[in-house]
Amino acid sequence: MTTTSATKSRGAGRAGDQVFSAATLAAGCLILAVLFGVALFLVIQAIPALTASPDKIQGGEGFFAYIWPIVIGTLIAAAIAIVIATPVAIGVALFISHFAPRKLASGLGYVVDLLAAIPSVVYGAWGATVLAKEISPAYNWLSDNMGWLPIFQGPASATGKTILTAGIVLAVMVLPIVTSLTREIFLQTPKLHEEAALALGATRWEMIRMAVFPFGRPGIISAVMLGLGRALGETMAVALVLSSGALTASLIKSGNQTIAAEIALNFPEASGLKVSTLIAAGLVLFVITLAVNMVARGIINRHKEFSGAN
Amino acid sequence: MTSTLTPVQKRSALTKGQLPKWAPYAVLAVALVLAAAVLALIGFNVFGWGIVSAILFAVGLVGWSAAVEGSRRAKDKLATCLVVGAFLIALLPLVSVIWTVLVNGLPGLMNSGFLSTSMNGVTGVYDNKSVEEGAPVIGGIFHALIGTLLITVSATIISVPVGLMSAIYLVEYGEDRPVARAITFFVDVMTGIPSIVAGLFAAAFFFIIVGPGTKTGAVAAVALSVLMIPVVVRSSEEMLKIVPNELREAAYALGVRKWRTILKVVIPTAISGIASGVTLAIARVIGETAPILVTAGFATSINYNVFSGWMASLPTFIYTQILNPTSPSNPDPSAQRAWGAALVLIILVMLLNLGARLVARMFAPKTGR
Repeated sequence: MTTTSATKSRGAGRAGDQVFSAATLAAGCLILAVLFGVALFLVIQAIPALTASPDKIQGGEGFFAYIWPIVIGTLIAAAIAIVIATPVAIGVALFISHFAPRKLASGLGYVVDLLAAIPSVVYGAWGATVLAKEISPAYNWLSDNMGWLPIFQGPASATGKTILTAGIVLAVMVLPIVTSLTREIFLQTPKLHEEAALALGATRWEMIRMAVFPFGRPGIISAVMLGLGRALGETMAVALVLSSGALTASLIKSGNQTIAAEIALNFPEASGLKVSTLIAAGLVLFVITLAVNMVARGIINRHKEFSGAN
Repeated sequence: MTSTLTPVQKRSALTKGQLPKWAPYAVLAVALVLAAAVLALIGFNVFGWGIVSAILFAVGLVGWSAAVEGSRRAKDKLATCLVVGAFLIALLPLVSVIWTVLVNGLPGLMNSGFLSTSMNGVTGVYDNKSVEEGAPVIGGIFHALIGTLLITVSATIISVPVGLMSAIYLVEYGEDRPVARAITFFVDVMTGIPSIVAGLFAAAFFFIIVGPGTKTGAVAAVALSVLMIPVVVRSSEEMLKIVPNELREAAYALGVRKWRTILKVVIPTAISGIASGVTLAIARVIGETAPILVTAGFATSINYNVFSGWMASLPTFIYTQILNPTSPSNPDPSAQRAWGAALVLIILVMLLNLGARLVARMFAPKTGR
């Protein structure tokens, strides 16, 4: 083989190599550009709402008076969802990883994944037509017996379409996410730790408290944070279930609103400054979920070596 | 562990101080009977019966265990009861949702023309007539099916090349370069973007580029790709990572170029995982409602062109039929259509999930083992 032919063939092949690697790099950079674009375009479109005179914004008192009730509403709905979903999700994850018979366990995992596969709009429709109706007697009971608590102040909504119902539907929707993440973490507990605890005479529950929970704690926290991120941004459950209104402390009256639902309900018919206002609201939601997700990822990365939750 | 050697002594020393094996069943039977009795006094219903007997069962078993076995084992029993209870509670909504969709959706689906007609020209007048005079419910989801199909296919065409190429960059070229680390980090961030924000992004993008108020299927496809790309990147990355390095080294040793190695060796090895990851990503975005709502609007007639005009899709069809019934005074026909569409959508998603498993098995490389 002569040197010229060798360099020639190398040249031809190298062109292919370079084109291919450049193409893959370009695709990767496109992702960065898209994310940058998300932030940039949202800001550009939101600026008119932020700079407009206060009386032109919906409500007539400026953007911040418009946004803060729905930010609080978003946080309330997400908090309800997380408070309900976290203990149940940890229970289900423990059941699948440590309690269920080995043969059943993987099948049960699929069932939980099935929950995740159902589209959000179906959950929303279910919450609006079935859950709201079934749960309104419970709200009447709560307002009669625990009405002295501000959050259960009556009179309860007759239709059951309240922020609490929306929170419960959100809980059902984030449950599979939190469950599958925590299940993975529980399954990665070192077998030796578990067996050592059992060999020392621990009962199963003591073994879980001594070996499984300490090992999985950062993973559980970040799974819950990721679930929280999902609950904050979830639109359809709230848009369909909640009959929205002004911010109220009571969870069982109609009222409150979340950012995502506000956008979904108003954007299709919006025009002019209203579009800018809604896009600015979306930007606020983006920043909130971004912060939550970054904290969650940060926790995962800090404990990457031993949590395995990546 | 009951001893067979001495039939007189039924329990060996080892199992002393433990509840007998039949204890949970006995407590369950007692709890069921007691709960039925209690509920008979205040009005019987199946749901309440389940709740009350579950509580009675837990209290009874834990109390008995505390008396016989001591507090440590009682706590263990309590934890077991709570964990199993959590699982049963989690199953409740799943069963309820699937039951609701089946019961309400089947009549809609059975309607003739449900899958082959659109909502074009279907007004509240027809719905009122069908409620008052018993005429069949007309109108269908053909336009929404077409819309969902076109939008999802377009989103897939955008996201798969971008996602797969990025995954190849991360695994084969990235090593630990700053760009690769940035991509990994921001793909994680993108996974957490709320779907409605993705929709707003696409809307804002096209408002600036094309003109305010642009709402077409293509905008929706861009919005869905923002949601789909990170999923495709993550799953393809995982799959490419588990391709054994020996395969690459064998190809290099034969003098094969890196890009040929990737195309002819690495990707074919990982194709089953990649294909099933893509299918799962499609299953995830096909049910998204919010981004389509803000980018493609909702149409009532058939639109085959993704580049012009509003477009319907199954999720937005369900949403609008529930929230704004065609005939506000008689929402039942609209609800029937919505549940029919929900059933179709769930079947589609389930088929995609099932398809992902089949694809994974079909393309799996044949191993020697």
